[in-house]
Amino acid sequence: MNPFSSGTRLRDMIRAIRSCKTAAEERAVVRKECAAIRAAISENDQDYRHRNLAKLMFIHMLGYPTHFGQMECLKLIASSGFPEKRIGYLALMLLLDERQEVLMLVTNSLKQDLNHSNQYIIGLALCALGNICSAEMARDLAPEVERLLQFRDPNIRKKAALCSIRIIKKVPDLAENFINPAASLLREKHHGVLITAVQLCTDLCKVSSEALEYFREKCTEGLVKTLKDMANSSYSPEYDVAGITDPFLHIRLLKLLRILGQGDPDASDCMNDILAQVATKIESNKNAGNAILYECVGTIMSIEDNGGLRVLAINILGRFLSNRDNNIRYVALNMLMKAMTVDAQAVQRHRATILECVKDSDASIRKKALDLVYLLVNESNVKPLTKELIEYLEASDQEFKGVLTDKICSLVEKFSPEKIWYIDQMLKVLSEAGSFVKDEVWHALIVVISNASDLHGYSVRALYRALQTTTEQESLVRVAVWCIGEYGDILVNNVGMLDIEEPITVTESDAVDAVEVAIKRHTSDLTTKAMALIALLKLSSRFPSCSARIKDIILQNKQSFVLELQQRSIEFNCILQKHQNIRAALVERMPVLDEATFSGRRAGSLPTSVSTSTGTAHNIPNGIAKPAAAPVADLLDLSSDDAPAPSSSGGDFLQDLLGVDLSTASAPPSKLGCTNGTDLRNIRVKSTSKRWYNVLLDLLSIGTSPPAQSSSSASDILSSIQDNTASLANLNGLTSLSPLSANGNSPVSPAPVMDLLDGFGPSPQKNEENGPAYPSLVAYESSSLRMSFNFSKQPGNPQTTLIQATFTNLSPNVYNDFLFQAAVPKFLQLHLDPASSNTLPANGSISQSMKVTNSQHGKKSLVMRIRIAYKMNGKEVFGRGASQQFPPFRVRDQFWGKDKRRASFVRHGPTAARSDGIHLHLAARSEFVLIFSSLTMKQDLNWVDLLIPDDVARSELELTFSSLTMMQDLNKVDLLISDDEARSE
Amino acid sequence: MGIRFILMVNKQGQTRLAQYYEWLTLEERRALEGEIVRKCLARNEQQCSFVEHRNYKIVYRRYASLFFLVGVDNEENELAILEFIHLLVETMDRHFGNVCELDIMFHLEKAHFMLEEMVMNGSVVETSKANILSPIQLMEKAS
Repeated sequence: MNPFSSGTRLRDMIRAIRSCKTAAEERAVVRKECAAIRAAISENDQDYRHRNLAKLMFIHMLGYPTHFGQMECLKLIASSGFPEKRIGYLALMLLLDERQEVLMLVTNSLKQDLNHSNQYIIGLALCALGNICSAEMARDLAPEVERLLQFRDPNIRKKAALCSIRIIKKVPDLAENFINPAASLLREKHHGVLITAVQLCTDLCKVSSEALEYFREKCTEGLVKTLKDMANSSYSPEYDVAGITDPFLHIRLLKLLRILGQGDPDASDCMNDILAQVATKIESNKNAGNAILYECVGTIMSIEDNGGLRVLAINILGRFLSNRDNNIRYVALNMLMKAMTVDAQAVQRHRATILECVKDSDASIRKKALDLVYLLVNESNVKPLTKELIEYLEASDQEFKGVLTDKICSLVEKFSPEKIWYIDQMLKVLSEAGSFVKDEVWHALIVVISNASDLHGYSVRALYRALQTTTEQESLVRVAVWCIGEYGDILVNNVGMLDIEEPITVTESDAVDAVEVAIKRHTSDLTTKAMALIALLKLSSRFPSCSARIKDIILQNKQSFVLELQQRSIEFNCILQKHQNIRAALVERMPVLDEATFSGRRAGSLPTSVSTSTGTAHNIPNGIAKPAAAPVADLLDLSSDDAPAPSSSGGDFLQDLLGVDLSTASAPPSKLGCTNGTDLRNIRVKSTSKRWYNVLLDLLSIGTSPPAQSSSSASDILSSIQDNTASLANLNGLTSLSPLSANGNSPVSPAPVMDLLDGFGPSPQKNEENGPAYPSLVAYESSSLRMSFNFSKQPGNPQTTLIQATFTNLSPNVYNDFLFQAAVPKFLQLHLDPASSNTLPANGSISQSMKVTNSQHGKKSLVMRIRIAYKMNGKEVFGRGASQQFPPFRVRDQFWGKDKRRASFVRHGPTAARSDGIHLHLAARSEFVLIFSSLTMKQDLNWVDLLIPDDVARSELELTFSSLTMMQDLNKVDLLISDDEARSE
Repeated sequence: MGIRFILMVNKQGQTRLAQYYEWLTLEERRALEGEIVRKCLARNEQQCSFVEHRNYKIVYRRYASLFFLVGVDNEENELAILEFIHLLVETMDRHFGNVCELDIMFHLEKAHFMLEEMVMNGSVVETSKANILSPIQLMEKAS
């Protein structure tokens, strides 16, 4: 017979699979075998059904799909013979899970078998039910299981008890039915029944506080007695493990006692004696004994405080910790971690031993110990602990370095007592494991250095020294290069020397060397090289003597294959060659980076508008992946992702460009005479107007916004240049106040500024007349109301459209509670200001302004759906529609899908907060349910606008809304459901 | 539910028995088994028997050429699981007489029957070897 025909014996198939040399051979055998089994299934072959399933179980274990055998399980279960049922149930548990619909069909067979006269068959059914039952089956079969808890044979009772656990976990409502039977099972002597009963009680306590109270009151004493009897019992061969009677039952009992004692002094008191007995009497030379001690310590730590017991427990852990067996040390660390919350002081006593464990050769122990050390650190011991950890960083193996570095950095950040210590430690970490440091860590270091003005010199010198010893650590090189670029002059002149520092002589060309090494090193990545280029540009003005050399280095990158480097090189070269007069101003030292913004950004708490607009920047510092919106910001700003998004006005661009905080512009002009760097920056800002920002902005914007597409920005520049001599005056004002004017002393004419980047800017031919760029539009008109939109754009920000909506009452009636709502798709962001009034007088009008930011500007047009609601003579009136046309963009009248319906609810209340709402577009029913459960928690929502999928029935929707009303205490909620037909009105 | 899965794996890393007490898809299981086996088999005798992986804690023990791996949740007593593995091996020894990889391969269903008597839905049912084996012996007598 062909060994691979369906007649193969199970044994032969296993042999064939075993003899396979390669995975491909194995697959071939399995494929053939599966084909044969499929054929047998389709012929409804009865004789070999159980053999086929046995084969399938083996194939399943090997990790091949076996779903086609599922129905065969059911057939076997339904057969009458015990061996068939046996295999059928086993296959059911292995091949199926509770999520499969097939399982529904098995409920009936299970029910019959649970009532079978043969107790072994009952056992099979209970076991299967316990392993795979779904909530539905649990409801159907709970009465049978409940009855079986009192079955005559203990082997059935124990299985029924475990089966009950599954049932109460699936359907916690059923828990109360099981409390009494479970309590009576606790009085049994049979170990199997006891261990499962204890387990059932434990799980009952977890799902039902009622059960917890009941067991606490009625069973604590009994359980203590059971434990005591067992601890004192004589040798019982069947359950003995290394001289201890049934350690498994010991552990289960201790676990249940822990739950009963937690938070209840009386119950805790009741179990003190037995816990003390277990903790002192159990032998700790064998694993079984240690397992019990370990559990006992856990219980002592969790129940209500008893000083003596705690000391005992901590001592046991101390003994564990010094044990030679790694398993014991591991569990000791694990338990100490839990003990931290109870008695941190006691754990601190073992600090030295724990610290040794961090250096263990066993990765599991190392990791546990490190986690524990992390918890142990506080303000008082951060210095010695960090020192130890950093010293170990050197010796640790590569795979552990990542975790270790992470923990050290977060400890240093969290507990650092002073800045200089922080800088020192970070420097050590960077030198040792700089390649494992996450980006935000070295970003944070730069922010800290920038904020510590008295440590600039110290930091840059320390970094310079570190750079001399190692250049292998990428993030160290980055921070060093940034600091040398910013504080190069301080480095060379030994400014701000601290007492602890050794003097160091760095010449200007040494500093340039250091940066040059970074740029030439072939292992440097793009970010480092780009940062080095900027540093060079900055140094060129700090060190005039080296500027020729710097120019050479920059020029070498002109041929770089990497576009970013090439572009920077060309741009910087232009600045060096043609714009000497503004160079010094351009490469001024960065202003102090805002720590609050940075940490807020790290915590992800910045407003969404910022995160969406920087989302396109791929978060690469230095703007290597150019965000379309903020090219200038990235040009000179080190960490573009720290820059505020260009959302409000072009002024922000300049803020980023020159690193100037706009708020300084309002400072009194009395500082004009000051000569130090900071104040010079102030001056520059003060003497500039917003228009000037725009000029510079667009001059530097390197043509990333094509003039053809956003003619508005082009016209803005031109208009501001042409029609406003003030900007030129400002320009002159600027230069005359800035240090360059001292050298150059020539008034800067607009032409060179225009040409700043060699014609990269928009060409001046695109002159246009200044005036309203977009015609207004009547967005909605009915016999009683007209709504018109006026559009405008903010200069320099083509993404954002300002819309002024004017509502005109065409009727002789007064409209009260007027409410306008708008919905936009995801790529748009809508900001709705409050309306000028919520009462619309007869033949009068009110206005409301909104701001729409289009994240896909140029690709998608603006679209909007609107809804208007008001009361006329006490009667509610609604109107809605889609935006007809938003010139000059294309018209898209419907973005809601055809098969969707829309619903909204509005909370009645003060109109001022009407903008606090959300639009949701739900794709599936599951989302709908999810959304509503989360909505009920959002108290601050005033309105919600939903697209509802078709499979949610209207009645269900109404029901949900009404329950929402009750839960949220919203006594007035509008529910609007509109079908597609209705919407096309 | 303490025990999430029980695996028996040979020295080459081939699975010889797999019993899961929570649902994972075939792909997830294959990936999980691969990762765990790689991690555990790389460790030496002196290192501890516990490995943390994803949200599981793996307690493993080696008997000759066979590794027994038990995945548990964070609440479980690791040492007790170690003891449980030993009980499982002793039980199999009593039935097969010094159990080896081939016994489990060729009597996969019996190994499962034993496991079924010992663990249900991730909790221990029975710790007496006689009680575990009696239904299996009964069935063998009948057939």
